Parts: sequence; C-alpha cells; structure tokens
Amino acid sequence: MTNEKLIKEVRSRKSEDKKLRRWEAKLNFSISQLLVILFLLFTVHCSLFTAAYALDVKRQVLKNGLTLLVVERHNVPVVRVSVGIKAGNLYEPADKAGLASLTAGLLTEGTTNRTARQISEEIDFVGGSVGASGGGDFITASLSVLKKDIDLGFDLLSDIILNPSFPEVEIQKKKERIKGGLRSQEDDPGYISSREFKKAVFGEHPYGRLITGTVETIDSITRDDLVDFHAGYYVPENSVMAVVGDITNEEIEQLIQKYLNSWNRAGHSGVSPQKINITKERKTITIDKDLTQANIILGHAGVSRDNPDYYAVSVMNYILGGGGFSSRLMQNIRDNKGLVYDIRSYFGADRYGGTFQTELQTKNESANIAIEEVLKEINMIRSTPVTDEELSDARSFLTGSFPMRIETGARIAGFLVAVEYYGLGSDYIDNYPQYINSVTREDVLRVAKKYLDPENYVLVVVADQEKAQLRDEFK
Amino acid sequence: MNRKLITYIKVVLLVAVVYGCAHTGAETAMQTAPLENGSVYEETLENGLRVFIIKDRNAPMAVFEIWYNAGSINEQVGKTGLSHVLEHMMFKGTPRYGNKVFSKIISKSGGIDNAGTSRDFAYYFQKLAPDRIRISIEMEADRMRNLIMDNGDFLSERDVVMEERRMRYEDDPQNLVFEEVLATAFKNHPYRWPVIGWMEDLKNLTRDELMDYYRTYYIPNNAFIVIAGNVDVEGVMEKIKTEFGPIQKGPEPRKLNIQEPVQRGEKRIYIKKEAELPYVISAYKAPNVLDEDSYALDVLAGVLSGGKSGRIYRGLVDEKRIALSAGAGYSNFNKYPFLFYLEGTPLPGGKIEEVELALYEEVQKIKDEPPSEREVQKAKNQIEADFIMGQDSVYSQAMVLAQFEMLGGWRLKDKYIEGLRKVAPDDVQRVARKYLVDDQRTVGTLIPVKKDESGK
Repeated sequence: MTNEKLIKEVRSRKSEDKKLRRWEAKLNFSISQLLVILFLLFTVHCSLFTAAYALDVKRQVLKNGLTLLVVERHNVPVVRVSVGIKAGNLYEPADKAGLASLTAGLLTEGTTNRTARQISEEIDFVGGSVGASGGGDFITASLSVLKKDIDLGFDLLSDIILNPSFPEVEIQKKKERIKGGLRSQEDDPGYISSREFKKAVFGEHPYGRLITGTVETIDSITRDDLVDFHAGYYVPENSVMAVVGDITNEEIEQLIQKYLNSWNRAGHSGVSPQKINITKERKTITIDKDLTQANIILGHAGVSRDNPDYYAVSVMNYILGGGGFSSRLMQNIRDNKGLVYDIRSYFGADRYGGTFQTELQTKNESANIAIEEVLKEINMIRSTPVTDEELSDARSFLTGSFPMRIETGARIAGFLVAVEYYGLGSDYIDNYPQYINSVTREDVLRVAKKYLDPENYVLVVVADQEKAQLRDEFK
Repeated sequence: MNRKLITYIKVVLLVAVVYGCAHTGAETAMQTAPLENGSVYEETLENGLRVFIIKDRNAPMAVFEIWYNAGSINEQVGKTGLSHVLEHMMFKGTPRYGNKVFSKIISKSGGIDNAGTSRDFAYYFQKLAPDRIRISIEMEADRMRNLIMDNGDFLSERDVVMEERRMRYEDDPQNLVFEEVLATAFKNHPYRWPVIGWMEDLKNLTRDELMDYYRTYYIPNNAFIVIAGNVDVEGVMEKIKTEFGPIQKGPEPRKLNIQEPVQRGEKRIYIKKEAELPYVISAYKAPNVLDEDSYALDVLAGVLSGGKSGRIYRGLVDEKRIALSAGAGYSNFNKYPFLFYLEGTPLPGGKIEEVELALYEEVQKIKDEPPSEREVQKAKNQIEADFIMGQDSVYSQAMVLAQFEMLGGWRLKDKYIEGLRKVAPDDVQRVARKYLVDDQRTVGTLIPVKKDESGK
C-alpha cells in the first residue's frame, strides 16, 4: 500500500489500471475480484495469434477429473500456477452472500498441517506468493515461486486447497477485516457506482451482489457453512489447473502425484446456478457525496461469454469506447471536449450473463453534458455504419496486441484457465484472428442495434448532487 | 497487505540485475557479432542522446522507451504541474503525422503506448512487435522537436488534467493527506510540489510557458532511449541514427543543486474530509539508492512490511487486531533524498492514535534489538525473487535500467545488489536509529467529517 503512493506519484497520461490501483490500496481481497474482471475484459477476447507467437499448451484430464494445462516456458526460473474452481458466488445461497469469497480467503488462514502464520512465513521466506480469491463464476487459487522452490510451492498450494481447517479465530479476524473493508470502500466513488449498477442490472441474481457479501450476510456465515461449501465445491472435477513456467510436463506430473494424490472425485458438482431475470426499464440511481467529480456509470445487461455475437460485440465496443485513445468516446469527450480524464465502455461477459457499461468521471457541473454525449455516441453507432478504417484499425489492434496482453507467465496461466472454463476450445488461439477478422461493418451495426439500448438503461451518478443538478430527462 | 504491491517498486528497480551480464560499452559499438542474450548494448550519438538496448531473445514483443530529465523538480514556483501537462501535450501531434494520432497509429499497429511524469523525469513508451519498433523511433524523434502545441488543444488538455487532479486527489482523502505531508516535510526542496500541480497553478499555465519548457528540456542531450526485446540491434541502432541523429544538441539545462535544511522537530498536519475511516502516514527523510545506507533501509522496510509475516501486519492487523491495513515503505528511487514511511488505517471503531503508536512501537523494537538473521534473509529473498520474476517482462527490464541511468548510470544496479547482499541485522538496527528519528518526521492524519463539515 505504501508504494501505491509512489506509483501514483508517477503521473500518467492515462491509467488503464486506475481502478485496480485504488482497489489495491484498500484491501487485498478486492484485488483479485477486480483482476478477474480485467482478465475477462482484456485477456479472453484477445488473440494468441501473431506471426511470431504461439503457445504450446499440453492439456489432459486426470483420473480424478482435474483438467491440467501446461505451458513450458524457460525464459525465467519461475513457475506460476493458477487453479480455477467452480466455487464462486454463483453457488452460494443469497442469505449467505460472501460465503464463496470467505471460503477462498480463508484457505491460507490455517490447514490441518499448518497455522496461518506458518503458511505466510514459509511462502514469504522464499519470496513467493500463494493464495486464493473469490469470483463470480469461479474462484482462483494461485501460486508464484522460483523454480528452486517449486516443491514447497506445490506443498503449500495443495495444502490450502485440500486441507483448510477454518479455525474459528481466523474466521472472526477475516470477517472483521472484510467488514472494515466494506466501510473503507465507501470512500471510493468508483466502487459505490459499480456496486449500485450491478445491483440494478442483476437484481437478486448472484451477479448483482457484492462478492464479499454484506455486513449482515457475512455475520450469518458459520464455520459449518464454510466446511460444507469447501467439501461440496472444491473437488477436482470442478477444477482447472494451469501451470506455466520453467518446468516440464513430467516434473508436474510427479508433483501432482506427490501432493494432489488424495484429491478425489466427489461424484457431484453442485447445484445449477439460478436464471437471470432481466427487466427492461430505465433506472436512475443518485448518491450524494462530498465529491468534486460525478462518477457515472451508464449501461445495462450485456451478453454472456458463449454468445456467438461476442466477437462482433468486441469489435463494436472497441470502436465505441473500448479502444483507449482510439475510441470514439475518448476522442469526443476527452480529446475534443476536455470533460474527462478517463472514459471507457466495456462488455463484461460471464458464464450466464454480462453487462455493458460506460464509465466516466467529470466535474459535478459537467455531469449532464457528459451523459448527453455518451448517449449521442451510443445512438450514433446504432444508426450509422462504422467506417472501413475504424473496422480495420479495430481488427489490427485486437488481433495484433495479444503478446502484450499476456506477456508474463502469470497472465498466461490466468488466460488458460478462462479459455478452459468458458469452453472456448483448444484451438481458440488459432481461431481467434478469424473470429475477429470475419466481423463486418454490417455485423457491427447489427450488434450495436441489438445490444446497446439508449432508452432502457441504468444510470448511476455518485456526486455532489446539488452541483451536478441532474436533468429530469435522465432521472 | 498485499506483498506484490508493497514490493512493486523493488521489482521495478531490481529487474535487470541478474541478466545484465555481458555489458557492451560504447567503444565496442561497431561490433558485428551477435549479442549475447540479456546483454546491454550501449551507444551515445554525437548530439548526446544515449541509447541502451537490452536483447531478450525469448520475448514475443519489444518495448521502446524515451526518458527526459524533466520532472516536476525542474518547475518554478507558481508553475507546478507544467512537466505533466507537457507530457499530455506530447500526444497532440506534429505537422508530419497530424493532430492527435500518435496513440491511434500505435494501436492500429497492434501496440500499446503511454507515458508518465515523476518528480525527477518524464518518460514515454510503446509496446510493439519487435519488427515495428521503427514506428516508435520515427514518431518519437519527430515529437522531440516538432510539437504543434495548438492553444485550443492546450486549453482543452489542461481541463483534462484538472479532471485527473480531481479524481486522484480532491476526491481521494488518503492521497490528499499524502500530498499535504510532502508539502510539509520539504520546506525548500521542490519535492514539496505535487507532480500533478496545484489546481490554482494549473489554471494559470499558458501554452507559451509549456513551449519554453519543451524547447529547453526536450533535447537529445537531456534524454536517453531504452529498448528491450528480441530486436535486431544493428538495424535498430541504424534507424535511431537516421531519425534522431540530425536533431541538434541543445544548451545544457540548468543543473539543480538543492539541499533540504535539517528538520528540528516533528511536524503535524491534518486533513478534514468526508471519509469513513481515519488514516495516518508518518514520513521520515531518508537517502536515495546511491547512499550506502539505502540497502539496509530497504531490508528494514521488508522486515516491517514484507508480506503477512512482516512485523507490522503481524503485530497490528493479526495480533492486536487494531488495524484494517498497515505497512511501511521506503522510496529510494529519487535523485535527492526522499522518504521512508509508516502508515495505517484502524478497523471501524478503532482509534487512529492507537494505530500510530503501534507503528512506532514496531520501529522501537528494532531500535532496541536487531531483527533476526532469518527476517533479514527473508527480506533479501523477497527482493531477489521479485527481481527475477520481473525479468518475465521486457517493460520491467527497461524500467530498471532506465531508473538507474536516471540516477547516474545503469551499472549502479550491480553495486545495489552487492550492497543489498551484505546487509546484516545490525545494519538494519543502525539505520532505524539513524533515520527513523521522532524529531525528523512529518505526520499526516485524515480526520473523517460529515459532508457539510469538510474543511474547504
């Protein structure tokens, strides 16, 4: 957190990860939450293709049902492991919201073999990291160690996944910190707007909830709930393990044999998630705070990851507001009008649904004009075909920028888990450029009409409302 | 506390140490044999522009960076924020490429670009496929001298920067406290100015002032280039000579020689702002990485704050359960002495004074008794592991080299790692006693108030 300050002192012209940094500054449990979001946004829809780049992925399903993905990468003596387990908040009951995230967060707080202190001492001593964090669709346990410490790393990783003991005192401490974190995050307007937006779009569905749960639901979670949730969902046939780094397939098989041998099939894979009910109506949510800027989200329900229009939507959104400085929203509202420092739109696509949202911050007094301009751009891309140049630029970026987006072993590991979880296929890497390059101007127009709605949107404005003076037409 | 974050700066600063093994000096610039992987090629053009190329055959991409010795310390009273606004204006176009197209050209080449300004420097980078680095070279050479700097664009971009300031400072209570601590800890040194500038100064900046600054500082003899990745070193070097070679050397910008007077007593500031929880940060003056004491200070920060097993997390968050978050940090990568600090936020209902005192207690324990051999070894292991992990990214490799070069020479990184390895528990105790002195600290506290009572 301290160096957070230093990083911020290096002022940047644009901060892709502004929000991430702010969240990081608050509490570590929220980091992973946001990482998952970023990951879906930036990684999954990017290609593994360039002329000079390819990943050699070895995939196998082990006898216990665990899917194993391995990429040997010997450029640095480091190994990264990412384990995705279908034990996200989709699978927790509403009155125990936060159970999935709390279960994940407590994995490192004591096992049948080690106390919380022993775990942190052992991993810290070798300069590695091991941990787990909650998510909507799945939770992620991860490991990062030097090659020479891989035995210790696998020992710890398997121990936290297989044998967490959920000590009562650690449960209390963790709850205390999560509740404190919820308080603290009330100082982050981006967090508030995002929370309200999701609630308005998804209602009672788990996607509409805070992954951490609320003070009330957290308090209602008992040790038995945690033990049961872990026993029910942390099973190998529910899991995908990606290993990337300075290690061979044979070495990994030996490690798995040694440390994960007792991870057995449970013969079930939990309940099916509930259906999402989306109602199409305009909703405006205003929250009054002592702020100089209005923090605004405008959007609505989007697409799920398996929607065949996903790639056309990616291209369309790149042109609208996903393409950084090349996007229309950025060029109009920042470059030409000087109204914002950052503005972006994105489609967050999860397994069972997703969102479309446009986010911006502008001084309170400019809130109305900024919203008006966003709606103008949405209307524009719904009514007029994009230019050939816009289309070709979007294709070039989406297909060409892949190596930059998964440069490191940690990024690759996360990417592989997502490809597997969302069933994108082992040939996804090869197919992606074609998915993107086959999108036409007509497709862009069609999906803009179909998936953008300038009438029935959810608008969240966290601001000094007296100064923002939101117009009636937006209420 | 998340260790990844705490040690971020360390990752950045250490990344190139292990791999920078086969140095190639300027005298061997004409060699034609293939460079060893991980080696640094170094050459200085006649106009004074220094070039460093890190060859990484494994990387699927390359990064181009250009660094200017032109951070906020080079500004004047009443003109704070100028360096950073100029950095924004660098994307507004030249006659050759046209208006506001820099980033567009990079992204349609499948690349990602950005820039940053710090107290000491400004830097610009592009990540691209290795064979496209020529695009960077052409465009960076062009914008070193040929900015249009249209007044309308300037006024609009100044508004953008004001929005940035609102987002990062005005509406972020903890950052406001930090900004105020800096402005108080330093009474003479320009480190007291926020890089983003005071709002009042931003309003008064003019296009012509930016142009003067640009002409003065954006010259080849006040800059250097770092490239990392699997690039064709000779081809890249030739391209750099073609594009940057013709740019005239400029008059050497004035050299700063600023000393901060000794502080003779604790300073305290308070920020009253709508917030849920209080926050405290206690900052001590500390030397930079060029000082022999910096290695032990780095280890001290690790002992106090290196992960959940660090003393502060263990003491304040885990055992006493008084803090929601707490930690320590040492900022060593500055041209001039900067700060070592402690900070924390209480759990809801807790007292900020209690957190502050508990932070001091952890420091006192080290002053009273050196940390164990194991704790010191752990801190060193963390720094080295982060450094090796950082090698996975060409961007980090370039950053490390550049930061050392900015402080006086990239080879200093070797001295750093040697120094770090020699740190003993007694050294850690000695620097804690020497620098974490009560009378030389500046303490900032956030006092949460209701919306209508905010001090404004």
